[in-house]
Amino acid sequence: MAKQYETVIGLEVHVELATKTKIFCGCTTLFGGAPNTHTCPVCTGMPGSLPVLNKQVLDYAVAVGLALNCDITRYSKFDRKNYFYPDNPQDYQISQLYLPICRNGSVEIETGSGKKNVRIHEIHMEEDAGKLVHDEWTDTSLVDFNRSGVPLIEIVSEPDMRTADEVIAYLEKLRMTIQYLGASDCKLNEGSMRADVNLSVREVGAEAFGTRTEMKNLNSFKAIAHAIEGERARQIELIEEGKAVIQETRRWDDNKESSHSMRSKEDAQDYRYFPEPDLTPIVISDEYLEKIKSAQPEMQPQKIERYVSQYGIPKYDASIITGTKRMADFFEEVTAINNKPKKAANWLMTETLRLQKEKSMDADEIPFSAKNLASLIDLADEGTVNNTVAKEIFEKIFEEDVDPVSYVEEHGLKSVSDEGELSAILDEVIANNPQAVEDYRGGKKKAIGALVGQVMKATGGKANPAVINKLLMEKLN
Amino acid sequence: MANVIDDDTLEYVGILAKLELSEDEREDARHDMEKMLDYIDKLNELDTEGVEPMSHIFPINNVFREDEVTNGDGHVETLANAPARKDDTFVVPKTIGD
Amino acid sequence: MELTDMTALELSEKIRGREISVKDAVTHCLANIEKSEDKINAFITIDKEGALKEAERVQEAIDDGSLTGLLAGVPVAVKDNMCTEGIKTTCASAILENFVPQYTSEAVLNLKKAGCVILGKTNMDEFAMGSTTETSHFGVTKNPWNTDHVPGGSSGGSAACVAAGEVFMALGSDTGGSIRQPASFCGVTGIKPTYGTVSRYGLIAYGSSLDQIGPLANNVSDAVHMLQAIASHDIKDSTSVKRDNYDFISALNGDVKGLRVGIPKDYFTDGLDSEVKQSVLDAAEKLKEQGAEVSEFDLSLTEYAIPAYYVIACAEASSNLARFDGVKYGHRAAEYEGLHNMYKKTRSEGFGAEVKRRIMLGSFVLSSGYYDAYYLKALRTKALIKKAFDRAFESYDVILAPAAPTTAMKLGESLSDPIQMYLGDIYTISVNLCGLPGMSVPCGKDSKGLPIGVQFISDIFREDNMIKAGYAYERARGEIEACPMRKAGE
Ligand SMILES: [Mg+2]
Ligand SMILES: [Zn+2]
Repeated sequence: MAKQYETVIGLEVHVELATKTKIFCGCTTLFGGAPNTHTCPVCTGMPGSLPVLNKQVLDYAVAVGLALNCDITRYSKFDRKNYFYPDNPQDYQISQLYLPICRNGSVEIETGSGKKNVRIHEIHMEEDAGKLVHDEWTDTSLVDFNRSGVPLIEIVSEPDMRTADEVIAYLEKLRMTIQYLGASDCKLNEGSMRADVNLSVREVGAEAFGTRTEMKNLNSFKAIAHAIEGERARQIELIEEGKAVIQETRRWDDNKESSHSMRSKEDAQDYRYFPEPDLTPIVISDEYLEKIKSAQPEMQPQKIERYVSQYGIPKYDASIITGTKRMADFFEEVTAINNKPKKAANWLMTETLRLQKEKSMDADEIPFSAKNLASLIDLADEGTVNNTVAKEIFEKIFEEDVDPVSYVEEHGLKSVSDEGELSAILDEVIANNPQAVEDYRGGKKKAIGALVGQVMKATGGKANPAVINKLLMEKLN
Repeated sequence: MANVIDDDTLEYVGILAKLELSEDEREDARHDMEKMLDYIDKLNELDTEGVEPMSHIFPINNVFREDEVTNGDGHVETLANAPARKDDTFVVPKTIGD
Repeated sequence: MELTDMTALELSEKIRGREISVKDAVTHCLANIEKSEDKINAFITIDKEGALKEAERVQEAIDDGSLTGLLAGVPVAVKDNMCTEGIKTTCASAILENFVPQYTSEAVLNLKKAGCVILGKTNMDEFAMGSTTETSHFGVTKNPWNTDHVPGGSSGGSAACVAAGEVFMALGSDTGGSIRQPASFCGVTGIKPTYGTVSRYGLIAYGSSLDQIGPLANNVSDAVHMLQAIASHDIKDSTSVKRDNYDFISALNGDVKGLRVGIPKDYFTDGLDSEVKQSVLDAAEKLKEQGAEVSEFDLSLTEYAIPAYYVIACAEASSNLARFDGVKYGHRAAEYEGLHNMYKKTRSEGFGAEVKRRIMLGSFVLSSGYYDAYYLKALRTKALIKKAFDRAFESYDVILAPAAPTTAMKLGESLSDPIQMYLGDIYTISVNLCGLPGMSVPCGKDSKGLPIGVQFISDIFREDNMIKAGYAYERARGEIEACPMRKAGE
C-alpha cells in the first residue's frame, strides 16, 4: 500500500506598512516615482549615514501584534542581518532576531474542514530592499533604491498548517486584520503583502518533522496553492526515491509553475546577526500599550454585532459584508445615504462579490461609488426599474461607475407601469395563451409565470412586475 | 590550545566577508587569525556566568522620529559617485540566476 | 606676538578685534603646510581654494557681527573619515580614493557654525584601523618631532598637523585610543568625549559602539573650546545623548582642591616604559601639589580589555565595511566575472592588509557557531569592565594613567606584529568600551626628545572633572617647548 503523507506548512509573511515615510529616514514611501528619486544618504547606505526609527512603524507593529493575540516584548532591539546583495545598500538588513517586538500569537482560521488555530511565533520589524531590474540588452541588472528602507513587518507562523486551503484562510485572516487596523493595504499583486512558504512532508502519524524548504516569490493565492502542491509532490518523490530533501531556499517561477534552488557556493546563508549598535533599544511601557490598545479600530466581530443591532441585518449578511474593511466601510457609506441597510447588504453580498470573482478582483476592490449604488437601490425600490433591469444597470455601474438615474433616462429603461398600456397587452396575452389560462384556473398557480413572461417579452423586459401581477389577478379571478 | 584555521574555514570566511586572498595573503591571514584567536581565548579565563552581554552602554531607549516626509528628490546626490550607471540606476553584474 | 606662538583662542580674539584678518590666518597656515607637508605628510587633501573662500565668508560674518564665537576665524583640519560635502573623503583607503560625499558630517557643520575654517582632510590609518598612521593608502604620516618616528594613530595626521603648526586645531576620532595616543605621541592635547556627546552622523563608521569624534589642539583650553563647539544633541544620530548641558568651558578653572584622583596600579606594570612611567607619576605629583587627593587603587580586568575590544570592534567593522562593495560609490574592480567575483575583487583590491585582517576576524567571530563563544563572551567581559570602572568612580573623580605605554615608535617597527601593536592601546581601550571621556595632555619628553602624554579619565558625562584635572595640571606644569617644526614654520 502506498504511504500516506502529511504536508507541514509554516509561513513567513512580509507586510509593507502604510507609513508616509521609510523606516529609518524621512524619504517618502510613495509607490512609483522615477528611479532613485525617493532616496537619501540613509536609505542608500552612504558612508557615515545613520538610521533613526520611524515611530509609526512601532505603533503599527504593536497594533498588529495585539490584534494577532501576541505578547508584546517590553525590551526589544534591532539586529543586523549581514549578507551581500546589490538591492541591499548597506549589505546588511536592519531587522530583529534576538528580541522581536511581538511573540506567541495566534489566529483562528476556518476552512471547509472546520476551525483551527494557527500559532504565530513572532512578528518583527525590518527594512525592505531596493528593486533590481534585469537589463536584457547589456546582460546586467539595474538598481533602484526607491523601495529600500520601506518599513515591513514579518509575521512568522509556527508550522501549524497542513493544506493550501489553510494557508489561504490564514493569509486572508491576516490580510483582513491588518487592513482593519489600517496598517497596510496588503496587496499581494503589488507586493505590499508577500508570503514565503516553509514546507516539509512526513508520513501520516510521524512525530518528527521532515526537512523543510523555503519557497519565495509567491505573489498570488493561486501561485501559493500551486507552489504548495508542486513542492509537496517534489519532496514526496525525493523521499520515495530514497533521496534526501535538502534544506534550502527555492524560488517559485509563476510562468513555469515550478521552483528552482537558489543555493550557490557564494551564498553561505550565515547572516552573522548581532545587535544594531546604531539604534537604541525599545522599551514598551504600560501607558504606551494602553494607548495603542485604546486606539485600535473596531474589528470584524464588533462590527458584525453592531450591524445586527444597529441596522437589523442578519448576522450571516453582516459577517459577509465585513469580510473586508473596504466592503464594510462601503456598506456604511451607502447606508448613510439612503438608510436601506438590508438592500445595500444584498447588492454587496450577491452581485458585487459575484462580479469581483468573475473578474478575479480582490475582495477589497470596489470600483464604483457608494452614491451610485444608493441611487440604484432607490430606483429599484421605487419601482422605476424592475429587478432584471436593475441587475443590468448594476453591471454598468460596476464597470464604469455610471450614474443610474441618467443611464435609465438615456437608455429608456424606465419600467412600464401605465395600467392602460399594460392592460391592453395583457388582454392580448390572455387571448393568445388559452392553455396557460386554463391551467391557472384549474389550480396550476405556476402557469401564471408563463403569462408574466409573455408580458415582459412584449414590453422588452421593462414592465413593472407589481402592476402586471395586480392586473392579472383582476382579469383571471 | 592553539586555534587552527583550516583551508575550508579560510575560504568560508572569504565568502562571508567577500574577500579573495592571494596565496601569500592566505598564509598571512591564517597565521594572523590563529594568533588573534589564541589571544582572544584569554577571555575564557574570566568567569562570565550570569553576566548579561552588554551591547549598549547607556540606558538610552526609544529614540524615534515622527512619520513626516523631510527629504525631497535625492537622485542626483545618490548617483553622484556611482562606479557604473545607466540613466538613473546603478548597474551591477546580472543578478538573475544566482 | 607671532601667529605661530598663538593659541587658537588668542588668534580668534585678535581676528575678532580686527588685528588679524581671517585670510591672514589661513594664508599663514597654508604657508606652513607648504613648508611641512613634504616632511610629515599629515594631509590627504588640502582645500586651499575652499579655505580662502570660506575665510572671506567668515570674515564677512565677523564684520557684520553675526559671528562672535570664541573660535571664529581659526584654521582647522578634519580627519578624513568625516564626510565633507564636495570634498573628497577617503578614510585613507583605495576603496574610497575618489569618493566625494554629498553631505557634511554634523561635527564638521558645528565647527563651521563656530566660524572655524577647514583647510583640509588629514591622513589616518585606513578606516581608522591602526595606531601609527602607517596603514594609509596615501603614505605614512611622520612625527613632526622626529620624522623617523610615527605620529601615532589612527588620527596621526590630525595630531601631526596641529603639532607642526599647519593648523591650530584638528578633529580626530577615537575608537580605541585614536585621538589620545597620537596626541601623546605628538605632544598635543586630545579629548575623547563621553560616547554620544558628539554626533557620529557623517563619521564613516569603524566600530559604531566605540567611535567618538573629538578635538586635538595645542593646549587644554583650545581643545575644550573645540569640544564645546562640536558637541550637540543630533536627532540624526540615535545614539546622540541629550545632555543636561554642553558647558565644558566652565570647568576650565584649575580648581582641583579635594578632587579625588585615582592611579590604577595595574596600569603601571611591566609593559610600561620607565621614562613614560616617571613622567606620568610626576604629573600626579603636580596635581597633588595643587590640592588633589591622589591615591593608588586596583582597577582589575585590564588585560581583558584588548581581546574584548578586538572582538567587538572587528565584528562591527566587518558589518560597517560591507557597504564598500563597488555598487554605489568608491572603487570597483575593472574586470570580474559575475556579481560575487565583482564584490571579491573590488574589496580585495580596495582594502589594505590591516583592514582585511580585521574584517576577516570580525566575520569569523560572528559566524554561525562562534557568536556565543566570541561575541557574547566579549560583551559579557565589557559588562564586567564597565562595572570595574563604575566601582572606581565611586571612590575617584578622575583616573590618571599613561596615554600609551611608550613614546612614538620608529616607522615600520610595529606593523610586523599586530598583537604587539594592539597592546599599545592598553590604557585607552577600556575608555571606549565603557563610553567614558578621556583626555591626553603633554607631560614631558623621553630621552630621545619624544613627547609623553598623561591621560585623565572621568565618569560618563563628567568631563568637568577630567577638564579640571587636565587644566590644573597644565597650569602647574607650565609652558613646554613647542615642536621644532612649528617654530621653524614662521
Ligand atoms: Mg526577514
Ligand atoms: Zn532615505
